[in-house]
Amino acid sequence: MAGFAETESRVCPVTGFRVHQAAEDLVKANAVAAVVALLLGGVAAVVVLFTRWMGAFPPEAFYQYLALHAWNMLIFWIIFFEIALLHFAGSIMLNTRPASPAAGWMAFGLMALGALMVNRAVLTNPLNHLSFQPYPPLRGTPDFYLGTILFAVGALVGVGLFFATVYKAYREGNHQGPLPLVVFGAFVAAVLAVGTLLVGALAFVPALLWSAGLLVHLDPFLWKLVYWGFAHPSQQINLAATVAVWYLLAQLTVGGYTPSEKVSRAAFVLYLVAINLGSAHHLQTEPSGALSVGWKWINTGYLMHLAVLGSMIHAFAVPGSVEVGQRLRGYTRGRFEWLVRGPWHNPAFTSLVLSVALFGFLGGITGVIAGTEQLNLKWHNTTGIMGHFHGTVVAGTTLAFMGITWYVLPLIFRRRVVGERWARWQPWLFGVGVGLLVLAYTQLGVRYGLPRKQPDVFRFRGLPLAFPWPDEVYRLLAVAGVGGLLALLGGAVFVVLVVATILFGKRLTDEELRRQYALPSFGGNPGHGVTETPAVPGTFALCLLFAAFFVLTYLGNYWNLSRSWPIGG
Amino acid sequence: MSPGAWWEEPVHSLERVWVGLAFLIAVVFFSASMLVWHRFGSQNVTGRAYRVSPQAYQAEVERFVQRYKVGEEGGQPVVAPPPGSDVYVLAQRFRFYPILLLKAGERYMLHVASIDYLHGFSITQPHVWNLQLYPGYEWVVPVVPRHPGTYHMACNDFCGVGHEMMLGKIVVER
Repeated sequence: MAGFAETESRVCPVTGFRVHQAAEDLVKANAVAAVVALLLGGVAAVVVLFTRWMGAFPPEAFYQYLALHAWNMLIFWIIFFEIALLHFAGSIMLNTRPASPAAGWMAFGLMALGALMVNRAVLTNPLNHLSFQPYPPLRGTPDFYLGTILFAVGALVGVGLFFATVYKAYREGNHQGPLPLVVFGAFVAAVLAVGTLLVGALAFVPALLWSAGLLVHLDPFLWKLVYWGFAHPSQQINLAATVAVWYLLAQLTVGGYTPSEKVSRAAFVLYLVAINLGSAHHLQTEPSGALSVGWKWINTGYLMHLAVLGSMIHAFAVPGSVEVGQRLRGYTRGRFEWLVRGPWHNPAFTSLVLSVALFGFLGGITGVIAGTEQLNLKWHNTTGIMGHFHGTVVAGTTLAFMGITWYVLPLIFRRRVVGERWARWQPWLFGVGVGLLVLAYTQLGVRYGLPRKQPDVFRFRGLPLAFPWPDEVYRLLAVAGVGGLLALLGGAVFVVLVVATILFGKRLTDEELRRQYALPSFGGNPGHGVTETPAVPGTFALCLLFAAFFVLTYLGNYWNLSRSWPIGG
Repeated sequence: MSPGAWWEEPVHSLERVWVGLAFLIAVVFFSASMLVWHRFGSQNVTGRAYRVSPQAYQAEVERFVQRYKVGEEGGQPVVAPPPGSDVYVLAQRFRFYPILLLKAGERYMLHVASIDYLHGFSITQPHVWNLQLYPGYEWVVPVVPRHPGTYHMACNDFCGVGHEMMLGKIVVER
């Protein structure tokens, strides 16, 4: 720290990146805000989980805490973390001082203010118990919409600063040639973010005016269509950011790099071209006639599936990166020695592996299936959808972000992680927990049709038309409950260790960092031209398994649909 | 090595095979399956929808109820329309109206609309499928209640506190 004030930058003893204090401070602030949001969302999850599991809280509390859970997790935790990531990728990875630290702090201030306003609005007025389907004519109070707008404007400023910093890196000659793959992925996420946030304005500005009485009518159909142009693409930002973090983790944990830069980058470009069309799959069971079958098919069929192709390419290239790194480190026996003898003592590595596997097998597959035109009939607004997005943004994105945090703490905060033995178990608790929850909710939704946002499946308030669910439903709810509890425990361990490390962790000198956190054969864009990139037969075998599982699950869903009541045509 | 030289690097054959396979699965197979199901499948979201005012729809449903009402249960009319006819369901906070009595294996023209908020029209327990309802849009879609049994409806889109009470019932007889 001593040399910091004089030069305003330092060279990271581990990665060799030039770290400017302005960037480091912005990364720290955004990461801390993200963890605070994660904590709030986690506390809210307790109420949601126990209401679902055993009807522990009344419906009013359920809706309120569901809204807190949704906004804090899906938006505030993830986007604060992503802005931290953009400061890291744009400034630190390109050895450049942020183009305008003041703009970075303005972005942070707006986002923090917006997040506080939304939390306050949900806590103080039942009208704002609106989770992630806040469709008019349901009307929140103006501060609810204003909070979301301020947060989005702040995020947009943060993204703009990223572009400016990348431009500055080239202009000042701090970086030459193509962007490193991780920064390229972050760049794609940032481009997606611009479109997403602008469409968000198209939904939330009219909603604010309407809520304030300045606009008489909002068409519910048009609003929902525009809203999903924001709400699903916001998750696609997460997808691109998650994949970028995966590549970074492969590099940090085992010195891995993608088997083909060209192919990985092409996959990111496919996201850029096609992925936002995915928002149309929220409109698959809309009254046709209002939306034509052709419109649905074009948007969720051919075009959207180009983005699925992108994800399937990453499904090869990310594990492939790990395999390349491990084989270069000498784990070359058989197909799977590279995986079996991975650095499992490193929670970042465990997080990477679990995050990729769960995202692919659970989150990705369910997403494609639920988004398929006819299959959506079985999935729409059931707990199957909760299964899908807990597989993507929780088991995938959140676990990946947790994984990279184990490097942020020593390398950016320069503190030794407190309780490393606990940290080793943290990804298992969290990953296995979320995995169980996803499997149970998916079954509950698709097979039994359990509605989402339904707090009272046990009693239905004793209404004349109340009905009991079969016993399996209660058993599966218990599985989801246990899974949720494990995930909460994993989340709690994460938050406690992060906070304890930031407050009490031992400060690390450059020498200690070099010694304790040395990266395996790490060097910018490693490997290419230095050594021959090894082939990845293990990854190929795993991918074939994945493809078989994918196709069989997909066909299984059509078979399941074929047995239900005929409808249409 | 100059920056960006990776562009010249050949792609390993295993990865080339995977990208080809992924293209076939994701772009050809998945997209084609939707079209194939339109041609040969029996479950497609291909009804029609009309703009309708809440008052007009409510009146329409009321006429239907009066015409085919056969009883009452829990304060709700039970309505038994003849096979092949138009059947109506009205969704509003927090009920589905009326209770339907249908014949298994017969084809009905289902009309369903919300008269106030967005609702989810979920035939569940046993699970059939789910549709999205909007105020102001009347769904008209042919359905065949295939198997006899008692079916329950639940709203699965949040429509305000009380959403958890929004239930309905369809009885399908042999």
